[in-house]
Amino acid sequence: MLAKRIIPCLDCDLGVPHGRVVKGVQFKQIRYAGIPWELAEEYDRQGADELIFLDITASHERRETMAKVIEKTSENVFMPLTVGGGIRALADARTAFNSGADKVSVNTAALKNPDLINDIAKYFGNQACVLAIDAKRRYGREPGREMVDTPDGECWFECSFYGGREFTGIDAIQWAIEAEERGAGDIMLTSMDRDGTKDGFDIELTKAVSDSVNIPVIASGGCGNPEHILEVLRDTNASAALAASIFHFGEYTVGEVKECLRKGGVHVRM
Amino acid sequence: MIAIIDYGMGNLRSIHNALAKVGGNPVIVSDSNALLDADADAVVIPGVGSFGDAMRNLTPFSDRLFDLVDSGTPLLGICIGMQVLFERSEESDAAGFGLLEGDVIRLPDGVKIPQMGWNELTIRSDTDLLAGINDGDFFYFVHSYYCVPEDERVIAATTDYGVDMAAVVEKDNIHAVQFHPEKSSKKGLKILKNFVEMVKC
Repeated sequence: MLAKRIIPCLDCDLGVPHGRVVKGVQFKQIRYAGIPWELAEEYDRQGADELIFLDITASHERRETMAKVIEKTSENVFMPLTVGGGIRALADARTAFNSGADKVSVNTAALKNPDLINDIAKYFGNQACVLAIDAKRRYGREPGREMVDTPDGECWFECSFYGGREFTGIDAIQWAIEAEERGAGDIMLTSMDRDGTKDGFDIELTKAVSDSVNIPVIASGGCGNPEHILEVLRDTNASAALAASIFHFGEYTVGEVKECLRKGGVHVRM
Repeated sequence: MIAIIDYGMGNLRSIHNALAKVGGNPVIVSDSNALLDADADAVVIPGVGSFGDAMRNLTPFSDRLFDLVDSGTPLLGICIGMQVLFERSEESDAAGFGLLEGDVIRLPDGVKIPQMGWNELTIRSDTDLLAGINDGDFFYFVHSYYCVPEDERVIAATTDYGVDMAAVVEKDNIHAVQFHPEKSSKKGLKILKNFVEMVKC
């Protein structure tokens, strides 16, 4: 039986030599967390199932720095590696794969040019294309939207791009369905309402999207403790959970999270 | 040295790094003449791409590959590199190498396709390749098709994903794994180490 995946996310600031991992709060304030490949090796020792490296500056000109980070990481870390942020075209994806990445995640560029999903899937396989969605709740009924009941009232979810700075008017659930049709292999679903809050994942969002597509959904945004991960993996069809700060700042190890999941009846790789 | 066949379909850095990490001497070989000159002690067919593309790009290597296998050189096929060792696949009209008898068929309805993630092995035979690997150990899989060997005795381990399928197949000097050992952390490295030690003997 396939195990649910635990994925530490390394938000990388590539503005310094060799890059560094940082953590923002609701897409803004920044704290320094460590050297990317050193953290990656530590997460491997702890039993992480996969790693995601996000260039938070989404800087095209720094993709070579990210390539170096991945090259260095893949010397000692043998698990699936995803690169996101700054992947704008097939050539950026190729640079990432050649450096040792297994998947790339796309957000802004795919919203502007959805064919990019088809192209990455065609050239590198469906499994290599992760669609990242940053979604924000919009309360109140609107025609043509996928409405979802929540304890705070009915809402739909709007996709944002440019790192949460701009909104698209695009419905996140509809976009996830289209991305699957275009060949995406995973949906990395971040709740902008919860990101950085440590209040727990957006269960209604995760449930709505993971019930609407047949590809794996990675729940992201809001993780503050292992129980939050248990909740989202037990109560929704998400295949994986992503967390950053609870791991970076040593609050919990991946092993502790998995022990909590195992006790709660979620199937994980121990 | 261990020849990793580069058939032009993507990232070989991980398998190269992993074999080097466990004490092997991997060399990426990009054309059939290089394979001829390489004096390979072992051959790895890595796992990237689809069956048809893989066979089209691997065909130039086939004569040399058959010679090496006939002479007893250890061969390791990974993922699609396992599937091409069989006779045919539902994924393509292209013929496989036929070094192993059987078919490659699509994963059953009712499961998410591709299978992508960590799944457990059930061991059927304690082979050298599986030394130190236990029932229930997890490995990283990414695939939409799976191998159905005609002779069940070649199956050394299985995994369950909607169907109980061959995950490790071994026949004489031919070894093949449906998962990616180079992406399966410590246990994956253990399997590659076992393969490297087989080569040294």
